Amino acid sequence: MSLAVLPLLQQFVVLLAALALFLSFVLLAQTRLVAAIHVFAWQGALVAAVTFTVALSGHAGHLYFSALLTLILKALLIPWMLHRLVRRLGLERHTERLRHPALVVMAGVALVIFSYWLVLPMVEQGLAFTRNIIAVSLALVLIGLLMMVFRQQAVAQVLGFMSMENGLFLAAVSATAGMPLVVELGVAFDLLVAMVLFGVFFFQIRDSIDSLNVDRLNRLTEVESLDSAPHHSADGWS
Amino acid sequence: MTVWFIALLQALLCVALAPLLIGWVRRVKARLQNRRGAPLLQPYADLRKLMVKETRVAHTASPLFRVAPYIVFVATWLACATVPLIALDLPTARIADIIVLVGLLALGRFFLALAGMDVGTAFGGLGASREMLISSLAEPAMLMAVFTLAMTAHSTSLVGVMEHHLTDGFLLRPSYLFAFGALVLVALAECGRIPVDNPTTHLELTMVHEAMLLEYTGRHLALMEWAAWIKLLLYGVLIVNVFLPWGIATAFTPAALALGLIAVVIKLALLGAALALGETLMAKMRLFRVPGFLNLALLLGLLGLLSHVILEVGA
Repeated sequence: MSLAVLPLLQQFVVLLAALALFLSFVLLAQTRLVAAIHVFAWQGALVAAVTFTVALSGHAGHLYFSALLTLILKALLIPWMLHRLVRRLGLERHTERLRHPALVVMAGVALVIFSYWLVLPMVEQGLAFTRNIIAVSLALVLIGLLMMVFRQQAVAQVLGFMSMENGLFLAAVSATAGMPLVVELGVAFDLLVAMVLFGVFFFQIRDSIDSLNVDRLNRLTEVESLDSAPHHSADGWS
Repeated sequence: MTVWFIALLQALLCVALAPLLIGWVRRVKARLQNRRGAPLLQPYADLRKLMVKETRVAHTASPLFRVAPYIVFVATWLACATVPLIALDLPTARIADIIVLVGLLALGRFFLALAGMDVGTAFGGLGASREMLISSLAEPAMLMAVFTLAMTAHSTSLVGVMEHHLTDGFLLRPSYLFAFGALVLVALAECGRIPVDNPTTHLELTMVHEAMLLEYTGRHLALMEWAAWIKLLLYGVLIVNVFLPWGIATAFTPAALALGLIAVVIKLALLGAALALGETLMAKMRLFRVPGFLNLALLLGLLGLLSHVILEVGA
């Protein structure tokens, strides 16, 4: 469907979805934790705005509620919880050293192309005007997965996980007219519980290996743990 | 015949307006920093001063050093003449598309870098190597942004792109937004503006463009400086006229041409003020962070291309 035939409001939806994709890339390459949390909050706000605009242009009443839920949960509550965790862990000024940042971003671009190729048969079926966004939402999911794979910092991995969920939600909004309310409430509750559990895990990980770099979990063995423990604590945060 | 006359007039206008734009940017920047600043027409006075001064050439310089300012100036001028400034459908813009424009700019840059290395001083070589580092990264990003525009308009000619944009009217195109971001970042890098290079610096550690001009005096220096200002004008016109072409003259009547001139002057004044504001707010980044900056430009260009295919064409 060519963009020129869409009314302005629906063009705006497409624009917001493209911006959400761009923020996914920013999240992928952002080394400062606090800035990454802010980027995630903006992505949540964009997804909420997409939902709201779809509701405006499609007269799907229950989408207003999901937009509000997304805004509160993903743009305010979860970023706030993450922010508080980062402050309590003393990681406000933490920056992560990325290996091959340009290469990872190019891998993200390849994932976008892959998801477009994957979605192409579905798009040809012809759905609503939002069908072009399905590829974007799948790319959001895959880039979140890529972020979880290549980041070593536990908080950054959680951010990748949460942005995956953003992609899934966008897919639900764009492919169908949103999920039933019960499912959405369930997912929202799951996310909250997951967030609380992640917080507990952060402290557990930090207590056991004195760092949130999960790559170090590979080094934990029964034999080595005793004599290598002072070595880890000398490293400090990483 | 009148068409060629207007094309010539527009090319002369590019050269005449370039010092005014740089004077305006410097003036706004000075006011933002609570300085009074030089008068708006100071760059013209600088050029005149340099033109009448004696031109000295280092005795190790080869003939290439003497001809380089003329080649750089003419290449930049030709590139600027291919961009529609006040009127759209000009023969100069029809015979050269965007790829020729990028090529002309690359030609000028090549001779600039050669001239920087010619005398054999350390700074010239340093500046030339840095300039080549920056431009080799900026060029792919620029081409990606340009291809995004070309894919939308199905034409690599700037006239085609602008005509397509004018007939389509106002559309919220994500690809244009990304291409705009990419072009702005590339323009900042190519014109040596603040996050990448400081145009007023003479500090050895940070110079890029100035380092290549250190050995030049008199009219050679004037031509080199003028070429740099024309390049800034070129990128400014490219950005405002491709993304906001409204107001540009589509017919060759005096009224339409006057309107086109007024429109482009207002648009450039706003862009120049935005540039000055950005330069006041931002600090120059370390040289080794420039690749990251230009990677962002390349990413924006690629996303523009992809979002055109995924979101705008559809199945």
